[in-house]
Amino acid sequence: MCGIAGLIHRGKSSNVGEELQHMLQALKHRGPDSTGYALYANNDGQNFILRFKVGENVGEGSTSVNEDESVYNERKKIVDKKLSELGALVVKEEKLTPYSYRYEIKFDKDLMDFSKSVESIPSVEILSIGKSLELIKDLGDATVVSERYGLNKVQGTHGIGHARMATESGVDIKSAHPFWGYPFADVSVVHNGQLTNYWNNRRVLENKGMRFMSECDSELIAVFLAEKMRNGATLEEGMKESLTGLDGVFTYFVATKDSLGMAKDTMAAKPLVLYESDDLVAMGSEEIAIRSILPQEIDTYDPFDGEVKVWQT
Amino acid sequence: MANLKTAEKKTKAQSMGMHTETLTGKTQQKFFNPDEAENFFYWGTFDVDFNKRTNLDVKDLDCKQANGKIDELMSQGYGTIVIKNPQGKHSLGVGILNKLNLIFEGSLGYFGVGSIDGPIVRVNGRVGWSCAENMMAGKVVIEKNAGSCFGAAIRGGDLICKGSVGARTGIDQKGGTIIIGGDAGAFTGFMMQRGRIVILGDVGINLGDSMYDGTIYVGGKIGSFGSDAVESPMTKDDIDWLKRKLKVAEIGENFDVSKMTKVVAGKKLWNYDALEPTEKKGAI
Repeated sequence: MCGIAGLIHRGKSSNVGEELQHMLQALKHRGPDSTGYALYANNDGQNFILRFKVGENVGEGSTSVNEDESVYNERKKIVDKKLSELGALVVKEEKLTPYSYRYEIKFDKDLMDFSKSVESIPSVEILSIGKSLELIKDLGDATVVSERYGLNKVQGTHGIGHARMATESGVDIKSAHPFWGYPFADVSVVHNGQLTNYWNNRRVLENKGMRFMSECDSELIAVFLAEKMRNGATLEEGMKESLTGLDGVFTYFVATKDSLGMAKDTMAAKPLVLYESDDLVAMGSEEIAIRSILPQEIDTYDPFDGEVKVWQT
Repeated sequence: MANLKTAEKKTKAQSMGMHTETLTGKTQQKFFNPDEAENFFYWGTFDVDFNKRTNLDVKDLDCKQANGKIDELMSQGYGTIVIKNPQGKHSLGVGILNKLNLIFEGSLGYFGVGSIDGPIVRVNGRVGWSCAENMMAGKVVIEKNAGSCFGAAIRGGDLICKGSVGARTGIDQKGGTIIIGGDAGAFTGFMMQRGRIVILGDVGINLGDSMYDGTIYVGGKIGSFGSDAVESPMTKDDIDWLKRKLKVAEIGENFDVSKMTKVVAGKKLWNYDALEPTEKKGAI
């Protein structure tokens, strides 16, 4: 079933890493396989944050395999060489796990060409690129992933997250949410539900040059929205088009550098509880996610069928 | 009610709500044997005193522990229990089968007060999906909003939400009354089979989709009618019933019920009219 959570502080920053960890941990029973965060952090905005993986963390049903760390190290060297060839200057690099890295890079050319080139290296996947987006996903519950990547200290304005119960594809990082809105910087998506026209849409979008990294149906939402935005649609317009373009049941969140949005399918088949005040919007698959950061009595509601909402920071 | 000690066996059974009639055709009814009257016991029920009141803080309890505490308090005769700090927890107050005043000072998560038979419940907050699912009897009042599947498959009782509700309110409803003070989402009354739904505000698309029977009253706009749902003229009986029901529910005090839209099933179930009343339940 999966659990999703999101929050946005309006006009101020907060400890979004810790807040989202609490919200996702409260939803652990909806998805114990993997947890993902897309945090919009208070970075200086000068450089791109590139998060990528050179291998997998593999669980049940995955089509990938775990490999030796020496293999990952060799791949990392190939990535470094490729970045240099592309003209990207690495300002700072961090090894987060044997298979995943966070780089700060200076780069001013086309991100799509850049991504295609980096991902042409076998088993290398860019998890996200952005000036404020920090996209982290791995196997385990919210606390495990947060501790592994040191997320509870991340300060920022907003974030979305996902606790995954694997149903449509195996347990691994490539199928975990959030999905980056390739090739757009700072765009991420999480989804609860099931899309039934995944393959039809995927074939059409691949023919238009869009890229899919997993067999997870939820990735379609990120690609669908990215394709609409590439053709000039605003985020909200793309989300409204998704209500008819995507078939199945869904509630999804999408976040950009300065906004957070939600969309619910026309049958309202997937849950969402929403809290909205002047300085904070918090939402999740269940009210207990919101209660984990707002224990006082508050007014919440369920958005209706076919509803799309977008909030700015 | 007849005197159970002196009544004839048949009268005795009927007085206890059972019957001995013989039905033809398929039926799901099970019959009470009057010879076993002395052994009749409604498991999980307690004699309580409404004047005996207590508070229960469930902040640090999970739902199983909290429900166990409620049972324990009822077994001690407490008839009015105030639950503090429910904080959106799931499945609180479920399976209560006796009279009880149960008050929640806060909001409930999913499946709150499900499968109840008799208690009077007030939630001074919001409820999540499937509140009061399978309720048999009693009264539940929600002061704020409710999630989807509000009153799913209820058999009886009154279920009132003073705010707005999500999708599929009264799905598979088999009896009782659901009253909504605000708006309701899509597929309200989906596969409804008995009972009444009253919505003072607007309602979403596919109202009463695939309904077999029952009545839906809408005060505001209707997104669209579902398959099998049709509008029907309001009668004086409808208006009288609505006025009485809203007054008892303490909701919509000045609402003009005569302008409401009445929605009923436009198709009859196959062979439905040929069945005995008791057999109709088996048919659906």
